[in-house]
Amino acid sequence: MAKGIWIFIEHHDGLIRKVSLELLRQAKIIAEASGDPVTAVVLGKNISSVAETAGTYGADKVIIVDDEKLGDYTTGAYTSVLNKLARDEEPLAILLGNTAIGKDLAPRLAHRLGVGMASDCIGMEADEKDFLKFKRPIYGGKAFCELTLTEKPIVATIRPNTFPSGAPDAAWKAEIVKADAVINADDLRAIVKEVALAASLRPELIEADIIISGGRGMKGPENFVLLEECADSIGAAVGASRAAVDAGWREQKFQVGQTGKTVSPTLYIACGISGAIQHLAGMGSSKVIVAINKDPDANIFNLADYGIVGDLFEIVPLLTEELKKLR
Amino acid sequence: MNIAVCLKQTFDTEAKISLNSSGKIDDANVTRCINPYDEYAVEAGLKLKEKFGGEVTIVSVGGEKTPESMRTALAMGADKGILIKDPVLEQADEWVVAEVLAKAISQIPYDIILSGRIAVDDQSAQVAIRVAEALGLPSVSTVLALEVEENKAVATREIDGGTEVIEVPLPAVFTAQKGLNEPRYPNMMGIMKAKNKELKVLSLNDLGFAEAPARKSGEAVYSLPGARKAGIKIQGEPADSVRELVRLLSEEAKVI
Ligand SMILES: Cc1cc2nc3c(=O)[nH]c(=O)nc-3n(C[C@H](O)[C@H](O)[C@H](O)COP(=O)(O)OP(=O)(O)OC[C@H]3O[C@@H](n4cnc5c(N)ncnc54)[C@H](O)[C@@H]3O)c2cc1C
Ligand SMILES: Nc1ncnc2c1ncn2[C@@H]1O[C@H](COP(=O)(O)O)[C@@H](O)[C@H]1O
Repeated sequence: MAKGIWIFIEHHDGLIRKVSLELLRQAKIIAEASGDPVTAVVLGKNISSVAETAGTYGADKVIIVDDEKLGDYTTGAYTSVLNKLARDEEPLAILLGNTAIGKDLAPRLAHRLGVGMASDCIGMEADEKDFLKFKRPIYGGKAFCELTLTEKPIVATIRPNTFPSGAPDAAWKAEIVKADAVINADDLRAIVKEVALAASLRPELIEADIIISGGRGMKGPENFVLLEECADSIGAAVGASRAAVDAGWREQKFQVGQTGKTVSPTLYIACGISGAIQHLAGMGSSKVIVAINKDPDANIFNLADYGIVGDLFEIVPLLTEELKKLR
Repeated sequence: MNIAVCLKQTFDTEAKISLNSSGKIDDANVTRCINPYDEYAVEAGLKLKEKFGGEVTIVSVGGEKTPESMRTALAMGADKGILIKDPVLEQADEWVVAEVLAKAISQIPYDIILSGRIAVDDQSAQVAIRVAEALGLPSVSTVLALEVEENKAVATREIDGGTEVIEVPLPAVFTAQKGLNEPRYPNMMGIMKAKNKELKVLSLNDLGFAEAPARKSGEAVYSLPGARKAGIKIQGEPADSVRELVRLLSEEAKVI
């Protein structure tokens, strides 16, 4: 009998990523109603403290696979381990964050398990027939698709910031179970030569609660410091439109939109961005959108919850001052 | 070096999306194009061919209009095309498309398989990685740079907060991210040549499937986003507007 929901716990430097905590909490809500257990699955090297922390977020069980070969994420090794675990334990569902790792791992795992998958979901609820039902944006957010997966285990990635994350409870005791890393030789063919993480004090774009983005209206790379100062006053991330990226003002990794990152913050502030459909594709699921643009007819005002028509070079510094007062 | 490129024809990103009478995405009267990410894959294939020789084959699961986009890739410089078209594939999910692509690719010589990181219509970002799994090959996704030597490739891939360099033996699958290259435009000469290049259209039966692979997903139900409620344009002196904005964000929207 298939049982329970598994959450793939993503972690970095001993810290669990926010999206994994969001999934733990939501899985718990769904599983409580159905009476299913929630299992946190932690893979890596020297990760006993990560596993313990995962346990305090309400999981009934934590499966930990601690192995030298899992120190760096590789598609093959992680697929091998999860495939074996899932075949042995037969969970009903395996949920991952829609992160760089989740996006790479989930399709591979789904195919090896011979099942379907729901990608980049912005909604998940219990379904009578197929256990879970997912909602996902398609066509750049111009349409939505609701789907269920008929084969078990269900595999899905959920967009960060879709659900709130829970709080730890030190008194909560999860059962911690160790499993061996069984890895096929074929799954060790890819070798990670180098991992280069840019030092940044700002939150990762896809997980940020608040994003302040600049477009062609920023006029040049030097002016992004205005957005950075504003962002730092509230712990926000700084994004950019494709126009700003293609002009060479910001790096590609900061681009938001159809050919950039998909973000879903609680607050998205667009400065000097016209609101093209391809930009909207990347930020349309933001909870609150603010536009600062000098053109009253800019399309971004049709999407924004709040807008100020004006010169961003005047507005943004004022905004920074005002936000600092909240501290 | 033989290269297979998985190419999907998608709607133009400007296309207006509506539902037809049976509740499916209406595909009548839309402008179609090569999935933008697949253009990077085609370009990467052409660059490898220029360096190492060999052939670039465009492989697609598609319909009536797909040859137009495949011809564009041929006009860019690809050598031939294989289109798998079959009425049963209208119901295909990512599992089915990947199984079909893998079968088609397994029947041609290949050292490298290239694709886009995501199709901008279904936004699944699954198919290419599934193809790698179906063929038992290593894959590197969201690739920003690709260096190929004799029997191996070194790919730089985008990860959250940075990049990662991965070495894999060939054959292998790579999915292209924006930044990998600047796709060329077909020139007149290329367009003329493309007309005579081989574009095979195969059914599932032609590929050797005794029966069509069955989908693993339930039926999808489509909907369109509701109209966003009209927002508030804050009027007044800049300093007053900003103060009002911050007040609304903290008291009304409660997001700061
Ligand atoms: C296949 C495809 C994929 C694409 N992918 C993406 C994507 O991922 N992300 C993306 O963003 N775009 C994408 N685009 C491009 C998109 O169509 C737009 O061209 C782009 O978003 C425009 O960027 P922008 O709003 O910064 O520039 P513009 O459209 O030029 O707008 C600049 C805005 O700044 C305002 N402005 C100027 N000066 C000031 C000032 N001093 N104060 C206040 N406001 C000012 C102007 O009024 C204007 O509204 C894609 C396009 C295609 C075809
Ligand atoms: N029908 C198809 N025919 C050929 N290639 C496809 C098809 N569907 C998806 N692909 C490839 O797989 C990538 C990811 O697609 P998707 O999983 O649909 O987002 C695309 O960029 C294409 O390279």
